[in-house]
Amino acid sequence: MTAGTVHPSIAVLERHLTLYRRLWRASVFSSFVLPVLFVVSIGIGVGGYVGSVGGVDYLSWIVPGVVASTAFQMAVGESTYSVLGDFKWVRAYHAMRATPVRPDHIVTGHLLYLLFRVTTAVLVFLLVVLFFGALHSPWAVTVPLVCALLTVASAAPVTAFAASIESDSHFSLLFRFVMIPATLFSGVFFPIEQLPALVRPVAYASPLWHAVELCRAATLGAAPPWPVAAHVGCLLLWAVAGTLLAAHRFRRRLED
Amino acid sequence: MIFARGLVKRFGDFTAVRGIDVEVAPGEAFGFLGPNGAGKSSTMRMISCVSAPTSGELRILGMDPVRDGTRIRARLGVCPQLDNLDPDLTVRENLTTYARYFGLSRAEGRRRADELLEFVQLTERAGSMVEPLSGGMKRRLTIARAMINEPDIVLLDEPTTGLDPQARHLLWERLFRLKQRGTTLVLTTHYMDEAEQLCDRLVVMDGGKIVAEGSPRSLIERYSTAEVVELRFPDGLDLNADYAAKLDGIGERVDPLPDRVLLYADDGDAAVAEVQRRGLSPSSVLVRRSTLEDVFLHLTGRTLVD
Repeated sequence: MTAGTVHPSIAVLERHLTLYRRLWRASVFSSFVLPVLFVVSIGIGVGGYVGSVGGVDYLSWIVPGVVASTAFQMAVGESTYSVLGDFKWVRAYHAMRATPVRPDHIVTGHLLYLLFRVTTAVLVFLLVVLFFGALHSPWAVTVPLVCALLTVASAAPVTAFAASIESDSHFSLLFRFVMIPATLFSGVFFPIEQLPALVRPVAYASPLWHAVELCRAATLGAAPPWPVAAHVGCLLLWAVAGTLLAAHRFRRRLED
Repeated sequence: MIFARGLVKRFGDFTAVRGIDVEVAPGEAFGFLGPNGAGKSSTMRMISCVSAPTSGELRILGMDPVRDGTRIRARLGVCPQLDNLDPDLTVRENLTTYARYFGLSRAEGRRRADELLEFVQLTERAGSMVEPLSGGMKRRLTIARAMINEPDIVLLDEPTTGLDPQARHLLWERLFRLKQRGTTLVLTTHYMDEAEQLCDRLVVMDGGKIVAEGSPRSLIERYSTAEVVELRFPDGLDLNADYAAKLDGIGERVDPLPDRVLLYADDGDAAVAEVQRRGLSPSSVLVRRSTLEDVFLHLTGRTLVD
């Protein structure tokens, strides 16, 4: 047995990329075109009425929010049906389990694939909004890193959830009660100071809010509301806890 | 290659495997035979190192499946009962992707994929998607995939269930070649002809236990007679038990079924002569060789399990 020329997580990533090579055209619209249309219509259209938020034009204000929420939606969306499907219908994870690939390798391979997907989408988006003059600070180069952290912080717990359910009907609950509220109340479209004080902790708990604030600080060149370390810490907490939980759920589902 | 002593698998209150002893030698084709729910698949999952034994001893290739699972799996080839090929990848990509899971270089993966496609006669379909393939082709591809790491042991869980006769025979022929190359085969099946075709040695499982062990031939000799006479009576159906009473003493055993009566005898023709001497006139008489199926039904009973 010739061993060790490729790490098992990379082998899993390669499988996802081989599949993506066949499907990428279908994802172009949602990954690249939609976020740009969003910025143009809301930023320029709504921005014309709103004027400025916190001293910057509305377009520049929502660009970091839209980039983070695009990363968030992609990370969550790609960790639902496809994960459950690889357990239940394709049974690709069972096929991997019969090889030296371990459940934690399967999880990291999946997350690496999402990092690839999100990072390419974020880079294209940043390039486009650069021409709209929406990036005001060289710190904007850290946006892909923040989005990468957000990807793991949001995809990992959702992956754990997808590995724990039997029916895809649970996903509609996830979209309705987690994803949409998170997108609406995480400071993407308006500052969370506008939220009633009672609801604000929801934003503090959401990994999306921390990523939005970090991205906004980076593109506008201003300090975020909390210390950077606190925002990063919250994201890291979600990422690490989510990954461990996902690996645990995968192990339980694939063994016995 | 495989060594088990007092192997037990429990799921909550349910005990799927109740203490079995198994030994498989290198190059052997070994079969687990049994009705549904006998514990065959649970045993296979323990051997393939994805399910930890509840108790008992299990060694695969001299290693402990709980501690060395990854190293053991690197040397196993697994062909599961349910196909788990990637439907959105091509036939060839299914093999090359799988090769990477074993840490093979891309070039080596491609080389072995082409060789194995040749072996399972799918070279012409290399570039096509998996989905439109027939059941037999998919199963052949799964077997090719199980061999991508040149395994020491190939585990096959009901390899030909659901296939048509042509597909089954082609598959058997390929598996036989595999065996000739010296690969150890371990398979589960509930098809008696499959076990007779492929297995050097087998165990019959029922209710989580091993109820018999040996070569197909020796099992037939031990648990059945050389020949079986199948008698049908014109007014049978309800009266077969009565006929069985009248046939008592002919051959070694009489087994009345709803539609016919089976006479187990070493000399079928002599038994038929005796039936006629007793003045019975069955509407049809068939003398055949005893098969593993007779052994199986004798050992595991005729009650439907599911």
